[in-house]
Amino acid sequence: MRQGRPGLLARFSEVLRPHEPISRSAYLAGGVASVAGFLVLWAILTYGGFVTPLFLPSPSDIVRAAAALIADGSLLTHTTASVTVIVTGWALAVVLAVPLGILMGTLKFVEAILEPIVDFVRYLPVSAMIPLLILYIGIGVSQKVAVIFIGTFFQLILLVADVSANVPKDLLDSSYTLGAKRWDVFRRVLLPATLPGVMDNLRITMGWAWTYLIVAELVAADRGLGYMILDAGRGLFTDRIFVGLFTIGLLGFVFDFVFKRMHRLLLPWSPRI
Amino acid sequence: MVAQDLTARDSIGRDQKLLVRDLSVVFTRRRGGTVAAVEKLSLGVRDEEFVSIVGPSGCGKSTLLRIIAGLIRPSAGEVFVDARPVEGPGADRGMVFQSYTLFPWLTVQGNVEFGLKLRGQPAGERAQAARRYIELVGLQGTEPAYPKELSGGMQQRVAIARALANDPSILLMDEPFGALDAQTRAIMQELLLRVWEQTHKTVLFVTHDIDEAVLLSDRIYVMTARPGRIKGEMAVALPRPREVGVMDTPAFIAIRQQIHGLIREETLRVLGDERVRPHPPGA
Repeated sequence: MRQGRPGLLARFSEVLRPHEPISRSAYLAGGVASVAGFLVLWAILTYGGFVTPLFLPSPSDIVRAAAALIADGSLLTHTTASVTVIVTGWALAVVLAVPLGILMGTLKFVEAILEPIVDFVRYLPVSAMIPLLILYIGIGVSQKVAVIFIGTFFQLILLVADVSANVPKDLLDSSYTLGAKRWDVFRRVLLPATLPGVMDNLRITMGWAWTYLIVAELVAADRGLGYMILDAGRGLFTDRIFVGLFTIGLLGFVFDFVFKRMHRLLLPWSPRI
Repeated sequence: MVAQDLTARDSIGRDQKLLVRDLSVVFTRRRGGTVAAVEKLSLGVRDEEFVSIVGPSGCGKSTLLRIIAGLIRPSAGEVFVDARPVEGPGADRGMVFQSYTLFPWLTVQGNVEFGLKLRGQPAGERAQAARRYIELVGLQGTEPAYPKELSGGMQQRVAIARALANDPSILLMDEPFGALDAQTRAIMQELLLRVWEQTHKTVLFVTHDIDEAVLLSDRIYVMTARPGRIKGEMAVALPRPREVGVMDTPAFIAIRQQIHGLIREETLRVLGDERVRPHPPGA
């Protein structure tokens, strides 16, 4: 190793070694640089007059639009509506998919029963089922919740099945040799053993649920961030579209943060943290 | 002569803690056809006896142990523990595995208490018993730690404490130190010697490490290559309590040599390679 302060090039090559850890400050610098670079490019393009506001409004345009939407309370209404739909649909999927997934990954017979159906349905585009959903449950909130449910349920069940199938057999066997009966093995071994993996997949599918928002609010919606974006698009209010997008991105960020925190808080033993 | 050859049949009597009779295991291959993993195997372990099984890899040692634990069903034959036939897994046969099998969501204390909790023992008694066995394996102070905070050797010590806390009739150990480095392994062997001196628990220990088997055991079974059968049996007439120093004594070396010879014969038989020169005498 050379002594003294390394040159910029040397420091750059230092952070680009495959799979090697980098310093916290280097990591932070990377993050700040990417966000700052994005903002600068955006400012140049808009304030420099290189793009028309119809395509890309300036940062101040968007802040102004956001302020207006916050002031009249509509952003809050839309956000609440979307969060309600997404959390409800996702929670219903979780309540059903987690136990079924654990059983599917643990009991070959349950796998035999569920696999053909799950593998078939999960390839169907959720948007293709909207006509059926309208026919079956109408155009109210429940239809929107159903879209989120279908979008996450079939994916989650497979993810959880994979988690429970990967619980080491020796872990179950050692509980048997300690006197566990079959029910104990489910309750005291399989269930806790799957928690870190399940937690990770809850976070991942929550992210996917948000990507179904537009599909969910496509039909007969009168509120919601998806509706707000679609509506702004019709009137060519590009700034409002961006406000909607930023709000969704920000909410995703918050949800992700909360999930990671919960993982650390609820499962301090987890090898993943 | 410190080691004496006995036939398996001779030592199997009525005073056995564990009795395995004419055990056979046949696995069905996925593509059809069958493989005999264990064939007509018989052995016995007396009360307070430490018995090891050594043999070439793939000889079915682990399969045998899992059958005794009740985790696998044999194709034929019987297993008796305390004269009762084994029909499934149970707390009377504790087991320590080669892989790390502590429950990651339970602390050291929680892991050692696991079996007692299943049995419905009250919390106070449970905690007391757990503390005693954690101390026995020299891990006092680690009670509130989670397995992820422990080294491999420490995890195996907790696994031993967890199995012993359940007070099984017999402790089955399936290459428990196989995943550890040489230094840790030596320390664990010493620890197990000490633990055995204090508990005199009946143990059936599977290993492919001949030195380990001789150091720890009262008796050693040598298994044949697949299909696994008992090739020979040796009494280890080394005095107890034992120290690691015993490994340098002529008596130890003589026993090791005999077992080594038996296993080498088996390995060569399987390899079917005449080009490998015969074992030079006294090497």
